[in-house]
Amino acid sequence: MNTIVTTTNIMPADWRDFFTLTKPRVMTLVIFTGICGLLAAPGTIHPVIGFTAILAIALGAGGSAVLNQWWEADLDKGMKRTASRPLPDGRLRREDARDFGIFLSAVSVGLMGVAVGWLAAISLFAAIIYYAVIYTMWLKPRTPQNIVIGGGAGAFPPFIGWIAVTGEITAMPILLFAIIFMWTPPHFWALALFVKSDYAKVGIPMLPVVAGERATRQQIMIYTVLLAPIAIAPWLIGGTSWVYGSVAVVLSALFLMLAVPVLSEERQGADPLQPEKRLFKFSIVYLFALFAALVADRVLFANGLIGGGVFA
Amino acid sequence: MTPEEEAEIKRRQKMRNYVVGGTLIFFVVLFYLITIARLGAQ
Repeated sequence: MNTIVTTTNIMPADWRDFFTLTKPRVMTLVIFTGICGLLAAPGTIHPVIGFTAILAIALGAGGSAVLNQWWEADLDKGMKRTASRPLPDGRLRREDARDFGIFLSAVSVGLMGVAVGWLAAISLFAAIIYYAVIYTMWLKPRTPQNIVIGGGAGAFPPFIGWIAVTGEITAMPILLFAIIFMWTPPHFWALALFVKSDYAKVGIPMLPVVAGERATRQQIMIYTVLLAPIAIAPWLIGGTSWVYGSVAVVLSALFLMLAVPVLSEERQGADPLQPEKRLFKFSIVYLFALFAALVADRVLFANGLIGGGVFA
Repeated sequence: MTPEEEAEIKRRQKMRNYVVGGTLIFFVVLFYLITIARLGAQ
């Protein structure tokens, strides 16, 4: 672990700094995908229990984000983008952040277990350990595939949301997990190609820095190709109808079409990095639209407006 | 410590107390509703 000398400050920390530590912007995506998993799952859940499940997922995401920043406070201090965060800026004591992170994580797992179910609680606990320990402490500083591994942490919310309703692990929640897992590398690496971060300065082995831009472009294409059948799979296995299936086919085709110029490095127009920027922006639309289609599909099915079969 | 610093410390402590108090009340209400929902399901 790194050593920052915390300034002993008599001024008590502002509550907003604790809130900032939970990465509220990241939490919105976590909440969105968690709700989608919850709504798309077969079966019903009491609105209060459903709300509690999403709250527990959000608290768990917040807790692991706090632990991530506690561990990386020194690295954050060395990077322009993160230097003004509460810990590197000295507005919070590291011990307080650590205790807050552990407290939030424990409350989230306990709340999920007591109110919703212990399988969902165990999954949430696994997600927190995966992000805060396996990713942040162990693999992020050691491998250029860190983004692939980190994607697993973001893939948990719809998986947990689904389990909160059904109480069992089936193919569908695993597929939802796999979609976000495969989506993260092209999304993040497209961004990494046009936003030069200073990860290299603090010794984090990001793929574009370690393996070069060419290898990154190839990896973007590999994961985009792998993502397409996984995104379509919920329809192919009969978990959704043609409504989701057709949206998944169109979105995946567009994703592939936009990844081609990134791989081939075809350059048109004034901005040489336009294909990368376009792919990054589309990747966000892709995920939101895909999960929205999944929910719409299941709502239509539940109301008897479409059949349950592959072409129904 | 200047009077301004002292006032700022008091303001921050007060805000933190409000946030902690609000959170506790929220969880009391939430656990009440969870209990009702769980009892209703049985």
